Amino acid sequence: MRAVLTVIGTDRVGIIAGVSNILANSNINILDISQTIMQGIFTMIMVIDASNMSIGFHELGEILDGKGQELGVSIRIQREEIFNSMHRI
Amino acid sequence: MINPFEIIETIKMIQDENLDIRTITMGISLRDCCHSDTETTCRKIYDKITRLSSKLVKTGEDIENEFGIPIINKRISVTPISLVAESCDTNDYVKFARTLEKAADTVGVNFIGGFSALVHKGYTPGDQKLINSIPEALATTGKVCSSVNVATTRAGINMDAVREMGQVIKQAAQLTADKGGLACAKLVVFSNAPEDNPFMAGAFHGIGEPECVINVGVSGPGVVKCAIEKIPDADFGILAETIKNIAFKITRMGQLVAQEASRRLGVPFGIVDLSLAPTPAIGDSVAHILEEMGLEKCGTHGTTAALALLNDAVKKGGTMATSYVGGLSGAFIPVSEDAGMIDAVKSGALSLEKLEAMTCICSVGLDMIAVPGSASAETISAIIADEVAIGVINNKTTAVRIIPVPGKDIGDVVEFGGLLGSGPVMAVSKFKSDAFIKRGGRIPAPIHAARN
Repeated sequence: MRAVLTVIGTDRVGIIAGVSNILANSNINILDISQTIMQGIFTMIMVIDASNMSIGFHELGEILDGKGQELGVSIRIQREEIFNSMHRI
Repeated sequence: MINPFEIIETIKMIQDENLDIRTITMGISLRDCCHSDTETTCRKIYDKITRLSSKLVKTGEDIENEFGIPIINKRISVTPISLVAESCDTNDYVKFARTLEKAADTVGVNFIGGFSALVHKGYTPGDQKLINSIPEALATTGKVCSSVNVATTRAGINMDAVREMGQVIKQAAQLTADKGGLACAKLVVFSNAPEDNPFMAGAFHGIGEPECVINVGVSGPGVVKCAIEKIPDADFGILAETIKNIAFKITRMGQLVAQEASRRLGVPFGIVDLSLAPTPAIGDSVAHILEEMGLEKCGTHGTTAALALLNDAVKKGGTMATSYVGGLSGAFIPVSEDAGMIDAVKSGALSLEKLEAMTCICSVGLDMIAVPGSASAETISAIIADEVAIGVINNKTTAVRIIPVPGKDIGDVVEFGGLLGSGPVMAVSKFKSDAFIKRGGRIPAPIHAARN
C-alpha cells in the first residue's frame, strides 16, 4: 500500500530528519521526496511504501501529528488512492 | 505520479473548503423479520440490524483515517416498517421505533431511517397504524427518522394521506413543543420517493433493493463556492464547466469511499448520491454559491436560474465520476441547515413562495422550514399538496419537511442544534385552504404517466 505524506508550514531544521526517523522506525520505505514553496508556504511531499509497516495506520497518523506539533507544521498521511481517484480517470 | 499541486488541491479542499463525505448509509432489508408476534418481530429486527451493521461505524472511521477524508455520518436505512410490522398482532407501532432506536444505539450510528409507509395510492391497515404512531414514535426517540410517500407520477396524489400528514405534523410538533417541534425535523413527506436515498430524514431501504447495500452521499458546497470565487467575470458557459469539474472531483471521493466501504464490509455498493448538502457551518452553504454567482441575496430574482445551472452542472460532473448514481442527487436547499439560507430569510430576501419555485429545479423540496405554530393542519396539508404536485407533474422527487413551531411566530428563531441548525420562522399565507383539503380522495395521475 502506498501513501502520500505531506508537511505544510514553515521550513526549519529537522523536518525531514524527524519524519524519516519515524518512518524508518515503522519499517516504511520512502519512495520519493519533493519539497517546494507553494504560495509562500513550505510544502514537503513524500510518497511512501507502507506495505510492510510495523504499526497501524491510525497509530502512525497520531505519531506524525505529535511530531508536527513539535515542529510547528501540519503533517498528514493519506493513502495514495484518494489523489489518484480525484485527479486521474 | 500525482503532481504536488494536485495533492495540495485535494488537501486544501478537505482542510479549508469543508469537502467531506456526508454519509455512508447501510440499507438493510427487514422483510424476513415479519412474524405474527410483535416481540418476536422486534427481536428479529434488532438482531438483524445489529448483526449486519456491527462494523459499519468502525469501517467508516478506518476509511476516514487512512484516506484523510472526513466521513461525517454513518447511518442505517431499513425496509419501510409498515411492511414489516403489518403481520404483527398490534396496533401500536411505537415499539418498532424504539427497537430501531435501540439498534442504532448499539451500533453507534447517529440516525436510522425507515419508520416509513408508501401510501401514494392508498392505505393498508399496516400503513394506517404506522402513520398513527408517527408523532409518538418521533417524540419518544432521538435517532429514528420517518417518511411517508403520498404521491407518485404514476399513481397521482393521495389527498387523504396529504390531509392526514398535515395533522400528523401538527401532533408531532405539539408532542415536542419544549424542543421547538423537533420531531417534525425527522419526518419527510415525499412524492416519487427514491428507494436508495442515503440522506436523512428521508432514507428508507426500498422494496426493490437487495438484502444489504452501501449507499454514499457526498457533499461540498464550500468547494464549489471557492472554485467560482476565482472566476468572478466568467460567463455562464465557463461557470457551468467549472462546477462540473469540481462536482466530478467531489464525486470521485464518494465513489472511492463507497467502493472501499463495500469491499471491507462485504456488502454490495449501491449508489453515490451526487449532492451538495450544506451544513450550518460557515463555508458550507448552497445559498452562498448562488450569491457568489452574482446575486445580492439568495431568494432575489435570478435565484431559480442560478440554482438550475448549479443543479444541472453538479449532475453532469458527478455522473461521469461514479458507476451508479442514485438517491436524491442534486443541490439541497434546507433552510435551517444552511447559513446563507438562514441569513436570506432573516433579511427578507427569501420567502416560502420563492423556495417553492426553487424546488421545481433542485433535488428535494421544502426542507427544514419553520413556520408559525398557529399554522393549521389544513395549511400544512395544502403546502404539502403544492409541493408534491410539483413532483408529480415534473416527474421528480419532491419532499416537505416542515416544522410548525409551537408558540413561535414570524421572525422568531428556533434552535434545533447540530446539523439541523436553527430556523427563522417563515410566513405562511393567511388565507385558508380548508375546504380544498377537506375534499379527500385522489388527484389522478397526470396524462404523461400513461407512457406505455
